[in-house]
Amino acid sequence: MRAVDAVMECLKAEGVDVVFGLPGGANLPTYDAFYDAGIRHVLVRHEAGGGHAAEGYAKATGKVGVALATSGPGATNLVTPIADAMMDSVPVVFITGQVRTELLGTDGFQEADTMGITLPIVKHSFMIQHPLEIPRAIHEAFHIARTGRPGPVVIDVPQDLSRAEIPYEPVLDVSLPGYQPTTEGNQKQIRQAANALASARRPVIYAGGGVINSGAAAELVEFATADRFPVTCTLMGLGGFPGTHPQWLGMLGMHGTRAANYAMDEADLICAIGARFDDRITGKLAEFAPQAKFIHIDIDPAEISKNVPAHIPIVGDARNVLRKLLVEYRALDADPARLGDWWTKIEAWKAEHPLRYEDSADSEIKPQYLIQALYEATDGQAIVVSDVGQHQMWTAQYYHFTRPRQWINSGGLGTMGFGLPAAMGAKVGAPDQTVCVIAGDGSIQMNIQELATCVQEQIPVKVFIMNNGYLGMVRQWQELFWDHRYSQVDMGDYPDFVKLAQAYGATGLRFTDKGSLVEDIRNAIATPGAVVADVRVTREENTYPMIAPGAAARDMVG
Amino acid sequence: MGEPGTKTPLSLEELDAAVGLRTGRKHVLSILVENRPGVLTRIAGLFARRGFNIETLTVGPTDNEQFSRITLTVDGALHPIDQVTKQLHKLVNVLKIRDLEPAGTVTRELALFKVSAEAQARSEILEYTEIFRGRVVDTTKRSLTIEVTGSAEKIEAFERLVRVHGLIEMMRTGEIAMSRGRAET
Repeated sequence: MRAVDAVMECLKAEGVDVVFGLPGGANLPTYDAFYDAGIRHVLVRHEAGGGHAAEGYAKATGKVGVALATSGPGATNLVTPIADAMMDSVPVVFITGQVRTELLGTDGFQEADTMGITLPIVKHSFMIQHPLEIPRAIHEAFHIARTGRPGPVVIDVPQDLSRAEIPYEPVLDVSLPGYQPTTEGNQKQIRQAANALASARRPVIYAGGGVINSGAAAELVEFATADRFPVTCTLMGLGGFPGTHPQWLGMLGMHGTRAANYAMDEADLICAIGARFDDRITGKLAEFAPQAKFIHIDIDPAEISKNVPAHIPIVGDARNVLRKLLVEYRALDADPARLGDWWTKIEAWKAEHPLRYEDSADSEIKPQYLIQALYEATDGQAIVVSDVGQHQMWTAQYYHFTRPRQWINSGGLGTMGFGLPAAMGAKVGAPDQTVCVIAGDGSIQMNIQELATCVQEQIPVKVFIMNNGYLGMVRQWQELFWDHRYSQVDMGDYPDFVKLAQAYGATGLRFTDKGSLVEDIRNAIATPGAVVADVRVTREENTYPMIAPGAAARDMVG
Repeated sequence: MGEPGTKTPLSLEELDAAVGLRTGRKHVLSILVENRPGVLTRIAGLFARRGFNIETLTVGPTDNEQFSRITLTVDGALHPIDQVTKQLHKLVNVLKIRDLEPAGTVTRELALFKVSAEAQARSEILEYTEIFRGRVVDTTKRSLTIEVTGSAEKIEAFERLVRVHGLIEMMRTGEIAMSRGRAET
């Protein structure tokens, strides 16, 4: 059979039901195979849209996303989604076309060194050199993408090799001697962690995206409630612990709640689970959690003690480790009363410093209120996908996510333009759920072409543009730290998003009145097909509270 | 200190002070890898991305044709290497890494010296070659090409001795290293 037909067989064997891509010269053979392979192909308008859609699909379903592009510019357009998937540990397999082998290295038409360009931003990559390698490479790619700490894998296939006839035999086992993730967690270390937790007076559980990736949300709740452990999550971990739970402190970090950041600051023991002590969490590293000892549970040994030295390191899958930790912890019969003083303190912080903003005196929509209204209109049940900026932080603060994979955003790389295509992928992966995008007027324009895809492929995402006419987060920093010198942040009133949506064949709406906002959002969601709502909000609103750059958690402002 | 994202300017001293922990010693990393294209680039990239300078690098086959051995030396006084070794472990084609302790390790390097050797200097150079257990591998009326193997220190000592006679050129392979004792490196 043709090598490209073998590719289709491999994709089916991996359980792939949809791919996102755009054809070109170097992957024409692959697209010929798609013609009657029986795998859904979503034709995107830009390869970056396809890459982010595959990420959104992977984040919403937990399955491996697949994105395709041709050689040269097709592949270079995938660079941002690949880097994004690497930073946020998203399992995606990227299959790129490459020029014919005899043209490699000759600056052939649409040739780019895809392997070389993507080398620092992949979990692994394959450059196919013989057609017989193709099936095994695809299975190895899926295995690497989904296991251990998930991540992006690139397969670069020269056009002539994909046209070859090969004898296809299904590949049933994958063995990679250099790739053996540690998943179980060391029992002795786990016991030590349980002992430390049982004697801690001011413990905090600090959970990250690893909890979502390992499917450990239920185990996290069970463990946290085995005692009265306060829980905070990173931006990537939101939904890993219910945002409505009494033991929930809110998100931590630069725009986290005071309760969460103060608790970290005064904790005597911090149990990090699938989190990586990013600079947006720690603030000034030297003053981060000065009284705490650290338990660090992570599947990636390179994360342990990377930024903050761990006293009890545990390398393993969060779900496996939490199950074992729970058993060990229950056996200790710790006295929950010892946490009484700690909770008194936390409850006081929560009561004294709730998230707050000053509402408008007139009908103007405050950006924070848009998120509250969305929360109300969707009963807190929608999958919410955001772009990157102020609107992302407000969504993280005011939409109380209660289940994993409900919150999809670009955290590590901070990719503007992520939202719409990722939502498209999420909706394809979870067709029965309401999928809403909160975008900024800056971000949305970076991949707005995917509206055409949504309309043509009948992917009914609901887009709410938090429109303040600014690159809002940059404007906020210029206001606070650069003496109000607003340099190149005013986006004006362009384009007319309502007309633009209509031009794409979507429904375009404009909301300007807070009085009817909840109802307006409900109606937008009830409108069939793709909907874009241009929501006009206060122009110069700042995201608070905030740990100023270089400051410590206890010095939060706003 | 000037903070990221703010107006406060950064001084050069602050930039210097901001780098991570350094061990202060030379590290010999012995890395067993799958013999596949691109492996060396992946490894070198982890150093390059951090601006680290690799001092020596050797790559060669092992007793098993599926695997190659990379021996790489890097100065822990100049660069914080802890993160880099952890990241090396994560590469799918890397099987094993050892950060070898000098005391428990046999290291060897081969060097070729082309030395200007006029009649009056010839016997002295040959004497040094004898003392260092080197070998003359090529000669002309006015030059000698000498092969020396040993530790980096021995090669450097030989270089100092012959340099005064006019060192035309020198090439070194970089160190290979094997742990002492019965166990595999």
